[in-house]
Amino acid sequence: MQYRTRNIYLIPYAVWIALFVIAPIVLIAYYSMFDIDGALTVGNYRRFFTPVYMGMTVRSFWYAFLVTMFSLLVAYPTAYLLTKTKHKQLWLLLMIMPSWMNLLLKAYAFIGMFGTYGPVNALLGALGIGTKQILFTEFSFIFVAVYIFVPFMILPIFNALDELNPSLVAAARDLGASGWDTFRRVVFPLTINGVKSGCRAVFIPALSLFMITRLIAGNRVITLGTAIEQHFLVTQDWGMGSTIAVFLIIAMGLTMVLTGSGEEGRQHVK
Amino acid sequence: MADDVIVRFENVTKQYDDDPAVLDDVSLRLERGKFYTLLGPSGCGKTTIIRLIAGFIEPTKGHIFMDGQEISRISPSKRKVNTIFQDYALFPHLNVFDNVAFGPVVKRMKKSDIADAVRGALRFVNLEGLESRAIAGLSGGQQQRVAIARAIVNQPEVLLLDEPLSALDPKLRTDMQYELRELQRRLGITFVFVTHDQEEALALSDEIFVLNNGRIQQSGSPTDIYDEPVNRFVADFIGESNIVAGIMISDYLVEFAGRQFECVDKGFNPDEPAEVVIRPEDLEITPADRGKLRARVDSQLFRGVHYEICCYDENGNEWIVHSTRKATVGDEVGLDFGPDDIHVMRLGETEDEFDKRIESYEEARYAV
Repeated sequence: MQYRTRNIYLIPYAVWIALFVIAPIVLIAYYSMFDIDGALTVGNYRRFFTPVYMGMTVRSFWYAFLVTMFSLLVAYPTAYLLTKTKHKQLWLLLMIMPSWMNLLLKAYAFIGMFGTYGPVNALLGALGIGTKQILFTEFSFIFVAVYIFVPFMILPIFNALDELNPSLVAAARDLGASGWDTFRRVVFPLTINGVKSGCRAVFIPALSLFMITRLIAGNRVITLGTAIEQHFLVTQDWGMGSTIAVFLIIAMGLTMVLTGSGEEGRQHVK
Repeated sequence: MADDVIVRFENVTKQYDDDPAVLDDVSLRLERGKFYTLLGPSGCGKTTIIRLIAGFIEPTKGHIFMDGQEISRISPSKRKVNTIFQDYALFPHLNVFDNVAFGPVVKRMKKSDIADAVRGALRFVNLEGLESRAIAGLSGGQQQRVAIARAIVNQPEVLLLDEPLSALDPKLRTDMQYELRELQRRLGITFVFVTHDQEEALALSDEIFVLNNGRIQQSGSPTDIYDEPVNRFVADFIGESNIVAGIMISDYLVEFAGRQFECVDKGFNPDEPAEVVIRPEDLEITPADRGKLRARVDSQLFRGVHYEICCYDENGNEWIVHSTRKATVGDEVGLDFGPDDIHVMRLGETEDEFDKRIESYEEARYAV
């Protein structure tokens, strides 16, 4: 009786998963088997392993890595300072708020700011450095991507730091550890799970970024995400687009496995 | 004598923002190799004192000295002091060995020396063979010992213990009390033990500081504090007490419960109002016509070792009696006590004034 009621509650969830998770993956895998003329083939997969797509893959990973690393470098100290402030929940809210805004809006705002006649160049001019090409560079791409992803990195790290028992830090100091030793040997290892989930929340979406590669990086940065978009919308080669998507899904799955195993694993170590 | 002082507080005040001071103008001296207890209710400032000694907080006013050197603003990592935390604060991501090795490792000791020191400390607390165990897999008592080993491996001169027994069950707690006392004797270093449990304080300490509202109410040996509490707070906090209002008629004569009694206290003004303390175990139940006071038994509890008998005298004062013999509820009984059992406290007397008065008794005794 009880068992049956529980199953009824599960129906919306099961329907959702079937329609929006399983079905699309099956469809993507299915489309990846066809070439542009609709003939069954494994040619798409062979094409993925050519230098063009391999280069794109490596670049995607590299940019996603850079974006994750800079997000971490910004987010960890920020989250740390947040836990020390008096109204930390308020400050956290302010930090998280930009993530509620539409991604495109934020991208367009940066076009205005980084443009030749934008405020950043005006400031550089006033400082005597002169006008620079900021938009459509790798720098602007990384900068805007980090800006967009930082809240997703701050939140899990903040939670991990906030849950850290303060007497552990006191104990480390008491035992003679310097500030750096305390961080390296106690604070960071005990908040590593927050760092991991933050990295996951940034790295995986960063791998398939495509909109800002065009708006901010002016297609100088071509990632797998860009390639998928181009194949579906421009070249109409759905087969190749799907093949890249299959590899992206595999990459995401691997990232999940690699960064997610720590939590349960540690507690059973005897 | 001055060399024996390891920690000294000079008029130390600790205050957060505009709140009332958590520690108010406290001066104290701790000697080498003694077991001290800071005793008081929560919020009395006892934990503040050990946090000041450890260096986790700095005094708002006043000075703290260790070994004759001012340490008020020195980092905790540079003090020869270690702390056993209330929740032990063991590092959950490190095993037993690495927890104990933490101090030596951050002090950049040689690897082989670290291993020797850690093994020695673990042997000291009887935890050999558990080196590679995870902290989460240890019992409360074992965690406590790891915390002790982790502290003593650094060879501190002062060990601070912040209510370390409060998380243990009563049986284990008693065992650990013996172990702590034994440990302190073997190490020969100063222990500063914080507790709100008066029995623990009486059993363990060479000297007790009783604190309330950020001030030291009284300091002294367990027997001094138990037998000669300076004020109502101390009398009430240490052990159970019958405290009644009285008048000190003259030296060695006190009036309470409507009668006059011979006592051993003196140095009061004639007819000065005072408070009279008689411990429940010093009262004896006698037939109604033979005691110094007449009272009616109101209720009775069996406490295992003794009966706790609650009586009211003719003036309505409550008297708690501890007796191994059972009384009958509703009976008229007599209460008997000797002059030594009466302790008269002056209203609002400070510890210094109290000490001076006690000294005058000693002089009087030698003069005879």
